[in-house]
Amino acid sequence: MKGNEAIGEAAIRAGCTAYFGYPITPQNELTAYMAQNMLDKGRIFIQAESEVAAINMVYGASAAGARAMTSSSSPGVSLKQEGLSYAAGADIPLVLVNVVRGGPGLGSIAPSQADYFQATRGGGHGDYYTIVLAPKSVQEAADLTYLAFDLADTWRMPVVVLADGMIGQMMEGVVLPPSRDLADLPRRDWTVGHMHGREARHLTSLDLVPESLEAKVRQRFQRYEEIKAREVRYEAVDVDQADLILVAYGTAARVCLGAKKLADAAGLRVGLFRPITLWPFPEKALAQLAKRGKPFLTVEMSMGQMVEDVKLSVLGQAPVHLLAHCGGVIPTEEEVFEEAKRLLGRG
Amino acid sequence: MKKLYGHPESLKRVSTKYCAGCGHGVIHRIITEVIDEMGLRERAIITNPVGCSIWADLYFDFDSVQPPHGRTPAAATGIKRVLPDHLVICYQGDGDLAAIGTAEIIHAANRAEKFTTIFVNNAIYGMTGGQMAPTTLVGQRATTAPYGRDPEGAGMGYPIRVLELLATLGGTRYLARGAVNNAVNVRKTKQYIKKAFQAQMEGKGFTMVEILSQCPTNWQMDPRESVEWLEKNMIPYYGLGEIKDELAANEDAAAARIYQDDAVACREVAEGMPAGVRHAEDESNEPFAKKGVA
Repeated sequence: MKGNEAIGEAAIRAGCTAYFGYPITPQNELTAYMAQNMLDKGRIFIQAESEVAAINMVYGASAAGARAMTSSSSPGVSLKQEGLSYAAGADIPLVLVNVVRGGPGLGSIAPSQADYFQATRGGGHGDYYTIVLAPKSVQEAADLTYLAFDLADTWRMPVVVLADGMIGQMMEGVVLPPSRDLADLPRRDWTVGHMHGREARHLTSLDLVPESLEAKVRQRFQRYEEIKAREVRYEAVDVDQADLILVAYGTAARVCLGAKKLADAAGLRVGLFRPITLWPFPEKALAQLAKRGKPFLTVEMSMGQMVEDVKLSVLGQAPVHLLAHCGGVIPTEEEVFEEAKRLLGRG
Repeated sequence: MKKLYGHPESLKRVSTKYCAGCGHGVIHRIITEVIDEMGLRERAIITNPVGCSIWADLYFDFDSVQPPHGRTPAAATGIKRVLPDHLVICYQGDGDLAAIGTAEIIHAANRAEKFTTIFVNNAIYGMTGGQMAPTTLVGQRATTAPYGRDPEGAGMGYPIRVLELLATLGGTRYLARGAVNNAVNVRKTKQYIKKAFQAQMEGKGFTMVEILSQCPTNWQMDPRESVEWLEKNMIPYYGLGEIKDELAANEDAAAARIYQDDAVACREVAEGMPAGVRHAEDESNEPFAKKGVA
């Protein structure tokens, strides 16, 4: 199955009842898949007039009780940042899939990881974060999309699935998760509609009293601390005895796994640390590994964005290197292997 | 004894923050009267705009959702699609609807979204302090049009008649323009709102009531002068009344038939094409062109 379609099917199986999208490459198969399958199932699908409108339709649909989702690629996701900030400020859960392409600006349509900063730092205006999930395969794209809906509901906040053009476009075998019973989704006790005698509810991010707004934001950050304690996900391969640890996520991590195999065959002890949640970032696990003082090599399809989080986690306990490509260029296994060899003095 | 008149249940018993002579208070009042009359308070949801009426949730005693500036038609689309049996009201000012939210209102209207937009046109940005709005009249002064609105010389454009613009769209079923300058117009406006709400609950497509309203503070007039100014300047330019009304039973049935035929034609065209090829050729557009549906 193609990655974009697997994401769509996983969303439907997770109980997504409202999808709103706008055409942009390289995620078009996802919008088309949702058009066909959501309409066939009598669920809500709208091709919006813009990404701006799409995210606000998601905002409204979720406020009214639907598990709602939108998807796009980098330039379109920039347009969605306004809505994302409002959703974070009004505690409205939603799922946003970003099939990242090369930037800045119109950039390219090739795979990229250059939206890391935008995704992991909130993205829009104001103090907030979103949970960010980074799949490395079509299987994981499906699994993490499925998970994203539950995380969004559990923590009442937007969740971003940060894929890239490679994940979206490639075909792999995938075991799809079971379809959720719509009647059995987590109960939401905060949505609008069906008052039945209760007090009126007002879903808003507005609070003009500074002290009151600060209290609300602090409360939200308290929740973020809980998320950091409970929702960190990562994969670590052969890191305990490694002389060099590769750090990468998504497609770059796939490349690094290939490079690690080359290193294994050459008798080098190279490990791989792969963050799956980019926010919350697995900083404690990385800090623990850094105590050994062995070097890290961060491999990214950007000019080096995650490497800042790696350095913040390592806090000077070990050297942190970077192998960067951007614009849609994907590093090769051989290139990563050569750089690993060089750093280990075996080049 | 039968109660003939009272404070609407849907409107909280609080003083508003609105300036003396502002139209929002009256508009809130007639909206809530209609909601009460229709018994829809517990199924009513309003999307507040950005602007003076950003505080609508302080006054309306039913659910509300606050989307970003200009995006209320998109958010209301999401709400109404999820809760089709609810009364969804989009409350927008002129900057919100006719400037920053132009794309959203046009496409929501064109999709025949079944919510009602209450469009408060006071020809000025109120909350931000009197800037030129898309509906500011030619020659009217604003902080950002200090010598008056100059459409072409200073490139400020012309005041937009939104309803006339939307009237060309196939999805719009009821578009009316009222005013709150006097009791007669208030009553008429209330009737327009009721007609629009009823049409919405019957699932008849996009409905909108534009209301010409006073903003004495930013027009820099006292309330009485502002009413006179509205009567002398805004009403002649914009015109009051039902701009488009496709709600009459026979017209509606005819329209429904045409749309149904088109849906069938559309499906036939799609089914007759090779799998994966869904773009229609010239002749496949004929069923639409022949019937002249906009």
